[in-house]
Amino acid sequence: MSDVARYIHNDKGEVTEVIYPSGIEVKAVYGPQDLERIGFDYERDLGEPGTYPFTRNNFALGYRSREWTTRQYAGFGTPKETNERWKMLLGAGQTGLNVAFDLPTQMGLDSDDPRAAGEVGRVGMAIDSLRDFEIAFEGIDMHRVGTGLTINAVASIMMAMYEAVAEKYGFDTAKISCTPQNDIIKEVLGRGAWIYDLDAAVRLIGDTIEYAITAQPRTYPTSICGYHIRESGANSAQEMAYAFLIANTYIDEVVKRGYDARQFAGRISYNLNIYGNLWEQVAKFRAGRKVWARNLRERYGIEKPSDLMLKGLFAGGGSGLMKAEPENNIMRGAFYGLAAALSGAQSTALCSFDEAYSIPSPRSALLSLRTLQIIMEEVGLRDTVDPLAGSYFIETITHEMEEKILAEMKEIEDRGGMLENVKSGYVGRKLARQAYEWEMGIERGELIKVGVNKYATAREEEVQLHEYDESWQVTQIANLKDVRRTRDDSLVAERLRALADVARSGRNVMPALKEACLAYATVGEMSDVFLEVFGPYKEPNVV
Amino acid sequence: MGEKPIKVVVAKPGLDGHDRGAKVVALALKEAGMEVIYTGLHQSVDSIVTTAIQEDADVLGLSVMTGGHVHICREVVEKLRAEGAADILVAVGGVIPSRDIPTLKDLGVAGVFPGGTPIDEAVAWIQATVN
Repeated sequence: MSDVARYIHNDKGEVTEVIYPSGIEVKAVYGPQDLERIGFDYERDLGEPGTYPFTRNNFALGYRSREWTTRQYAGFGTPKETNERWKMLLGAGQTGLNVAFDLPTQMGLDSDDPRAAGEVGRVGMAIDSLRDFEIAFEGIDMHRVGTGLTINAVASIMMAMYEAVAEKYGFDTAKISCTPQNDIIKEVLGRGAWIYDLDAAVRLIGDTIEYAITAQPRTYPTSICGYHIRESGANSAQEMAYAFLIANTYIDEVVKRGYDARQFAGRISYNLNIYGNLWEQVAKFRAGRKVWARNLRERYGIEKPSDLMLKGLFAGGGSGLMKAEPENNIMRGAFYGLAAALSGAQSTALCSFDEAYSIPSPRSALLSLRTLQIIMEEVGLRDTVDPLAGSYFIETITHEMEEKILAEMKEIEDRGGMLENVKSGYVGRKLARQAYEWEMGIERGELIKVGVNKYATAREEEVQLHEYDESWQVTQIANLKDVRRTRDDSLVAERLRALADVARSGRNVMPALKEACLAYATVGEMSDVFLEVFGPYKEPNVV
Repeated sequence: MGEKPIKVVVAKPGLDGHDRGAKVVALALKEAGMEVIYTGLHQSVDSIVTTAIQEDADVLGLSVMTGGHVHICREVVEKLRAEGAADILVAVGGVIPSRDIPTLKDLGVAGVFPGGTPIDEAVAWIQATVN
């Protein structure tokens, strides 16, 4: 397992075999006979850009008609610091927001909870109540700017709060657009910010999707994260296969309530990973668009073209970045951006070069944005759609990648489906083992990382770090206490009781959540209601 | 009968769930013949220390990615001392700037392994330090 390929040499030092992490074996030369061998058919396998199965691109004109959306992940400190960083990024030409929340918020804890000590505002913005969203979104045009909310276990709460703040600021809630990450199955496989029992958590995701159909029609209520699954050790074929199976799990959750998938499946988006082998990544996204479109059409009877598109963020992966000689990560990021552009990414972001050290500094965050802008504006990547199409090599491995993705899906479905195999720890064990093999590949020098295990120098690194300011926690707790002092406590209690009632009854929790948000109930109070009703998740042992 | 294997508790303290590093280290230590107990996520300092004592661990390895390592290590070391278990070696890995290493050592953390440390180095350190 390695991120680029396994290279096998003969005695003369020539490369005799190249095997990609997904298992695709690459030949030295490709020609027309390869297309013949795979039975390549232009209409069936590719189609014109903007038409089914969307292998080439979601849109007929690709980047000629719309540039990609740049969406750097940002947020730290109190809502005030985050609001300033967002305005800096938007002022520099960024076109969407992607909110980082601190860990207490992600775990449903208020900033004054003893378990939150030392973590308030550290890895993202602290949000305790609607008051904080009012500060964070002050001066942001919520009709124009769409917002990714990188949060999962309590995503339903944040989606309700987003609507509440838009309403407070006078925006038409039918015109706002947020993308809560809201993928709890992936959270169990990687990233780990889960709280409630997994079945109940899947039901909450169903509630958000169901609610968005009428209340927030421009929102993408879930963003399925192959990204974190790959960061946890999956290869590229598994990343796509598991993401599609997770999406199907959420679709089925809503379909079983009596809805037709045609009402909402087009609002499912993805967050997918880019690092490692450039060609394999391009093949992955081309094959992935095709597999997803076919899955929706054949399994759920969806026909509307815009609903069949694989939408989302194709973002540079943190796993490919190294701590040694951190400036090298700037170059790595640029190549991941290139892969994103050659894959027709609609929305993109890069990890910043100093993330192995800390939250990105303003300078490194801007550098990531500039990298993406240079790729789009200065080197010709928007000239023509799907520029690698027709390459004997690319079409062959795109076809092989499609087969690998389908095989990985089948393996899990034959074993009883995604949810069952995540609960049992089967998928988690597989990923942990592959992550271990990847690390060993670096240590044994089989996987080359320049400046790490090849051409390494022993110099001491000087990185200008983003500083955690202890005063954020003090300020945030003071603000929270002020909210608790000034709100109507009896109204809060009444709305939390109403929330508990709907949570128990199985009805959709979203309207009650919004009411609770508007009464300035805190994230911790709302999450505790869910924890009380649903119980905690118990993770399987995977090592 | 062979020698009793080295026993390591690998723990993820606090709220962070980025556990790839912890799992990889746990698997590497197992491969090296050690007995490994992985606590799972979201553990409090109290429960980690209790596990380490109950398991009679030789080493308690903490994985911290959020920047909260100094705060967490201080609590763990103090709690181990208070429980009379200061003989359990504490090691920490994760996102740790080199400027914090002296502080961690002063607190009584025996081994500090910032991200990027070869795993073999951590394995060798445990073998050398415990035996």
